Amino acid sequence: MRLANVGNLGVKELRSLLRDPIMLVLIAYSFTVAIYAAATAVPETLTRAAIAIVDEDRSPLSARIAGAFYPPYFLPPVMITAAEMDARMDAGHDTFAIDIPPDFQRDMLAGRQPAIQLNVDATRMSQAFTGSGYIQTIISDEVTAFAQRYRAVATPAVDLALRARFNPVLEEAWFGAVMEVINQITMLSIVLAGAALIREREHGTIEHLLVMPVTPLEIMLAKVWAMALVVIVATAVAITVVVQGLLGVPIQGSVPLFLAGAAVHVFATTAMGIFLGTVARSMPQFALLLILVLLPLEMLSGGTTPRESMPVFVQVVMLAAPTTHFVMLAQGILYRGAGFSVVWPQFVALAGIGAVLFGVALARFRATIGQMA
Amino acid sequence: MNGVIGRLDAVGLRYGKAVALDDVTLDLPAGCMAGVIGPDGVGKSSLLALVSGARAVQAGRVTVLGGDMGDALHRDAVGPRIAYMPQGLGRNLYPTLSVFENIDFFGRLFGQDRAEREARIASLVAATGLAPFVDRPAGKLSGGMKQKLSLCCALVHDPELLILDEPTTGVDPLSRRQFWELIARIRAGRPGMSVLVATAYMEEAARFDWLAAMDGGKVLATGSPAEILARTGTTTLEAAFVALLPEARRAGHHPVHIQPFEDGQGEAAIEARGLTMRFGDFTAVDHVSFRIRRGEIFGFLGSNGCGKTTTMKMLTGLLPASEGEAFLFGSPVDATDIETRRRVGYMSQGFSLYGELTVHQNLDLHARLFGLPSATIPGRVAEMARRFDLTAIMDALPDALPLGQRQRLSLAVAMIHGPEMLILDEPTSGVDPVARDDFWRILIELARRDRVTIFISTHFMNEAERCDRISLMHAGRVLVSDTPAALVARRGVATLEDAFIRYLEDATAQQASVATPPPIVAGHAPRRGFDPRRMLSYSRREAIELARDPVRATLALLGSLILMVIMGYGITLDVENLTFAVLDRDQTTVSRDYTLNVAGSRYFTERAPITDHADLDRRMQSGEITLAIEIPPGFGADVARGRPTAIGAWIDGAMPSRAQTIRGYVQAMHAQWLEQRAARSSTPSASALFSIETRYRYNPDVRSLVAMVPAVIPILLMLIPAMLTALSVVREKELGSIVNFYVTPVTRLEFLLGKQLPYLVLGMVNFLLMVGLALTLFDVPLKGSFWTLAAATLLYLGAATALGLLASTFLKSQVAATFGTAVMTILPAVQFSGVINPVSSIEGVGALIGRIYPTAHYVTIARGTFSKALNFADLHTPFLALALAGPVLIALSAMLLRKQER
Repeated sequence: MRLANVGNLGVKELRSLLRDPIMLVLIAYSFTVAIYAAATAVPETLTRAAIAIVDEDRSPLSARIAGAFYPPYFLPPVMITAAEMDARMDAGHDTFAIDIPPDFQRDMLAGRQPAIQLNVDATRMSQAFTGSGYIQTIISDEVTAFAQRYRAVATPAVDLALRARFNPVLEEAWFGAVMEVINQITMLSIVLAGAALIREREHGTIEHLLVMPVTPLEIMLAKVWAMALVVIVATAVAITVVVQGLLGVPIQGSVPLFLAGAAVHVFATTAMGIFLGTVARSMPQFALLLILVLLPLEMLSGGTTPRESMPVFVQVVMLAAPTTHFVMLAQGILYRGAGFSVVWPQFVALAGIGAVLFGVALARFRATIGQMA
Repeated sequence: MNGVIGRLDAVGLRYGKAVALDDVTLDLPAGCMAGVIGPDGVGKSSLLALVSGARAVQAGRVTVLGGDMGDALHRDAVGPRIAYMPQGLGRNLYPTLSVFENIDFFGRLFGQDRAEREARIASLVAATGLAPFVDRPAGKLSGGMKQKLSLCCALVHDPELLILDEPTTGVDPLSRRQFWELIARIRAGRPGMSVLVATAYMEEAARFDWLAAMDGGKVLATGSPAEILARTGTTTLEAAFVALLPEARRAGHHPVHIQPFEDGQGEAAIEARGLTMRFGDFTAVDHVSFRIRRGEIFGFLGSNGCGKTTTMKMLTGLLPASEGEAFLFGSPVDATDIETRRRVGYMSQGFSLYGELTVHQNLDLHARLFGLPSATIPGRVAEMARRFDLTAIMDALPDALPLGQRQRLSLAVAMIHGPEMLILDEPTSGVDPVARDDFWRILIELARRDRVTIFISTHFMNEAERCDRISLMHAGRVLVSDTPAALVARRGVATLEDAFIRYLEDATAQQASVATPPPIVAGHAPRRGFDPRRMLSYSRREAIELARDPVRATLALLGSLILMVIMGYGITLDVENLTFAVLDRDQTTVSRDYTLNVAGSRYFTERAPITDHADLDRRMQSGEITLAIEIPPGFGADVARGRPTAIGAWIDGAMPSRAQTIRGYVQAMHAQWLEQRAARSSTPSASALFSIETRYRYNPDVRSLVAMVPAVIPILLMLIPAMLTALSVVREKELGSIVNFYVTPVTRLEFLLGKQLPYLVLGMVNFLLMVGLALTLFDVPLKGSFWTLAAATLLYLGAATALGLLASTFLKSQVAATFGTAVMTILPAVQFSGVINPVSSIEGVGALIGRIYPTAHYVTIARGTFSKALNFADLHTPFLALALAGPVLIALSAMLLRKQER
C-alpha cells in the first residue's frame, strides 16, 4: 500500500464532491436546517392534549377543577354530557375525559371519599401516561386546596426532592438536536461512501482505477478518509454553530472527544456504505437498500426510544450495530460530561465493529471488481 | 418524389444553453427513404423527435402529415399514422418482456383486438426472422434482433411515416444488411410509406433516396446522394461530408496516410490462447486466440455485445478468464501484478474520466497514480497537452467539451505514463469524421514513431481498414484474423464489409429470411377519449415486469414486513426495566422499606448500592443507572417522629421523554409509600379525601404495540406503494421507454391509472401480510370490522399510489424519486398524522397537513377498527376524506404530466 496513492485518490474524492452541487446542498441542509428543524419541531411530551369534562356535580369545586386545565399542556377543556363521551373518544376527539360524579363536592367534604373517573385513550401512548399523571396531580392539588378552606389536612411529612440531571427542565430540543446530529452523521457517511462508489461504477471510472497501479485497499482507504473528513468537519460545525450557538444547548463534555468518537464511528459506517455500494447494482437499488438499513440503525440504536425497553433479542442484535455504541458514547459525552475513562468501552466496540465491517467490505470489493468493470 | 410529408420552418431547439437545432428550414420528401446524416450530437435525433411529436416544438413551426405538430389535437389525430423508433438498441422495448409480449403491448395500445394482434404479430415475426424467438425476453436478444423487434413494434399499426433514429448503430454488418433488406421489402409491400432515417454510417446513407447532411444544429446540404457527391466533387459520402463542413471545422484536415508496418522482430506484445469467459450459462468469449506483435496496430471488428470489450478486459486483468491464457510482453496476465499495469495504457468504451475534475487535474491525478516522480509531472502533463492539442482547454471540465476533444484527453491520460502498449475499446464511436481522422493520425504516429503496440476495437469498416491486421469477431468467437487487404482478397469481394458479411454468413449459416412482408390489414382509427383496454395494457405490462424483477418485488413485500417489525419495536413508548441504585445513608428498616417499594415495581431493576457521591456521579455519567435515590441519615427516625425530611432522587435527563416517565413513576411510588405508611398510622392525608379511577380505554394494559401497530401499517402503506409507483414512471423516463407514452394514442389518464393498478393490488397483498403479522407476531387483536378496514385500505392505497404518480410528474431520476417520495411521505405520515402525537396537539403548518393528509384519516380508521371495535357507521367522516384524496391527486397528476418531452 502506498500512502501517496491513498492521499491523491482522497483529494480526488474531495474535488469530485466539491463539483457535485446536489450532494453539497444535501450536506449543508442535513447539518444545519434538518438539525434545527428536528430540534425545534419535537413537541414537549405533553402539549395541547385534548381533554373533555363531564361535570355532573356543577359545584364550585367541579368548576374549579375544570378551570385548572389550560395550555400549553392542555387544550381548553370541552364540557360535554355523559352520553357524548364514548362517541367523542371513539372518534378520537379527546385523549382524556374526566367524569365528575353528582354531589362530588358534598361527598368529599363529608369525608365519604367520592371517586372521579378519568378515561384515557390508551392508543395515544405518548400522552396517555404522562397526561394522566399530570391530571391526577392537578385534580389532587385543586381538591386539597379547596378542602383546606374547610378543614385541616395533613401535608406529607416526607418530601420528595426530584431533580433531573444533565437537562434540569427536560427540554426535548436538547435531546432532539444531538440525536439528529448523530442520525445525520450515520446517514451521510453511508450515502457519501456508497454513492461515490456507485457513481464511479456508473461512469466507468472505477475500471480506470483498476487498470492503474493502485490496489483496492488504497481505493477504499481513500474514500474512507475523504468522506470521514467531510462528515467530521460538518459535524464540528453543526455542534458548535447550530447546536451550541443557535439552539443554545449546553454541551457538558469535550467536543473534541466526541469528534474523535464520531471519527471512529464514521470509519465503520463508510465501510458499510462501500459494502452496500458493492451489493447494489444501481443507484435506485442502493437507495431502496439504504432505507432498509438506515431505519433500523437509527430507530433501534437507543437514539429514539430507550434501549432497555426493547425486547432482549433486539437489544442483543443491535449491539452489533455501530450506531448503538455511538449513541451511548454521544449521550455520555455530550449530555453527561463523561470523559474518556467512562466511554472507552464504546470506543473499543466501535473500532472493533469498524474493523470487521471494513474487512468484509474490502473482501467484497475485491471479489466484485470483476463484475463492476 | 411525390410531395412533402413534413416541413420544418425556422425551427430552433435548445437544451438549456446548448443549441441542438439552429433555425432549421427543411422539406422532407414523401414516399421515399429520406436520410439525415452527420456525426453524434449535431441535432439529428432532435429533428426526428420533433417530427414524430415526441418532443415539444420550442421555436418555429413543424408541419407533419398536413398539420402543425405544435397543436395537441393534430398530434392526437396523426399520432397513430406515425411510428417512431428512438435511438439506442431497443430503447423503447421492455427488456424483461418477451418478443411476443413487447409487440402485443404496442398492439393493445393501438386498440387492436386479440385476433388482429395475433395475426399481425405472426406476420411481423415471420418477416423479420424473429419467429423462433418469440418467447425470449427482449433484454436477451442480440443488438440486431433488438432492432428488428423495435421495428416490429413500430410497424404493428401500419404507419404512413416510419421514423428510425440510428437503427443500425452498433449492429453487425450482416444484421445491418438484413435490416435494410427488410425495410426495402416492407416498402415494396407498402409503397405509400415514407421512411425517415438518421444515421452516422455514411456507407448506408449512400443507398437512400434523399439526404440531409447536418452539422452543429444546421443543415449543410440536401439532395440525392449522387447530387451531393457531384456538388462536392468527391467519391464517397464521408469525403463529401468533410467537404461540406465550414472552412474552420475542416482546417488542417487531410486524409490519413498509413505507413506500412515493418515487422522488425517477431516478439509478441499480446498473446491470447484459448481465452474464454463465461457468465453463468452465457459464453461471452469463446476460445479466442491471437498474437499481436510489438508496434502493430491490431483491430477487433465486431458488433455490440460480440465479446470485444470482454476480451479487452481479460487482457487488462479487469476480468479473470474462465479458461485459457493471456500474455502481455511474454508474461501471463495477473490481476495483482502492479508492474505490468505501468506498461499498459487503457481507454475504456465511452468516456470514463472524472467529469468533476478539470483536464489538468485529470492528467495530474493519473500521473501521480502511475507513480511518476513528482518533479517530472508538470513537464509530462505539459508535453501531453501539447502533443494531444489540449493546451487551450487545460482548465475546462471534460463534460463541457466536444466528444472529439474528450477522446483526445482520454488518449492523453492513457499515454501519460509512456506505456508500451495501448488497449483502446471503441475509442471513436460517435466522433465526427474530422476528429476521427485526427485521432487516427495520432495513433499511427504513436505506433510507427514510438513503436507503441495498439490494440483497438471498432465497428467502423473504414477504421478497420487502417489497422495492420484485424480479427473479425462474432458471438464471442474470432472468425478470422489477417490483414484487411488479404481478407478482401481471400473472399474475392470488393470491400471489407462484404468480406465480413461472407464470414458471418459462413459462421451463422443463416440465410437472409425471405418471408413475405406482412399484409396490410385495414387499419381503424383508435378510440379517442378514455379506453380501458389501453389502460389495462399498461397495467398488464407493469405487472409482468414487476413479477420478473425479483429485487423490486421482494423489497415491496418483504421490505414492508421487515420495516413493520423494526418500527413496531423501534417506536415503542413503553418505558420498562429502568436501572436504579440507592445511596442509603440511613440503613434502617424504614429506608430499606422505601428501597423495596421501588425495587418491587415492574418498571425498575435495582443495581448495586451507591457508595458515595463520586460513585453516583460516575455511574450516572456512564449511563449505567437512570435513577439514583439518596436517603438521608436519620431518615427512619425522622419519619417515625413526623419530623420533615426529604428523599433525594436524581433522574438521568439525557433522554427527556424517558425522564418524564420516570418522574411520573417515582412520584406515584412515593405517594403510594406515603399512603401505605398513613394507612398504618391512620393520619388523614390528601389522598384520602377522594379517589381517581383511571380507565385506560381500548388498550387496558397500555401496551405500546397495541397503540403503534395500527399506526405503523398506515406509514408503510403510504411509503412503499408511493415509492414503487413513482419509481415505475421515473424508470421509464430514465430508460427511455417513456417515449411509447409520447408517441402512441394512450392518454394521460389511461397511462396513470394503468400504472397505478398493479401497485394497488400489491399494496392490498402487503396489507393482508401486515394484518397477519399484527395478529400473530405482535398479538394485537383486530376488534372491529375487517371489511371496513379493508375498504378503507383500498381507498388509502389509491391515494398513496396517486401521490407517487404526482411525485413522478416532476422527478426525473430514480434516485430523486426514491428520496423525493421518502421526503413527501415519511415526514407528514410520521410527524403530522397523529401516529405519535394526536393531530389536535400539532400546531402551525403541521396541523394543516395533518388535517388533509390521507394518513391522518387512515390512522383514525385503523385505530378505530383495530382497538376501538368500530365499524363503517362510526367512521364515515374519515372515509369521505379518503375517498376524495385519490381522485384529486390523480386529476392533479394528469394535469401536470406531459405528453411530450421538453
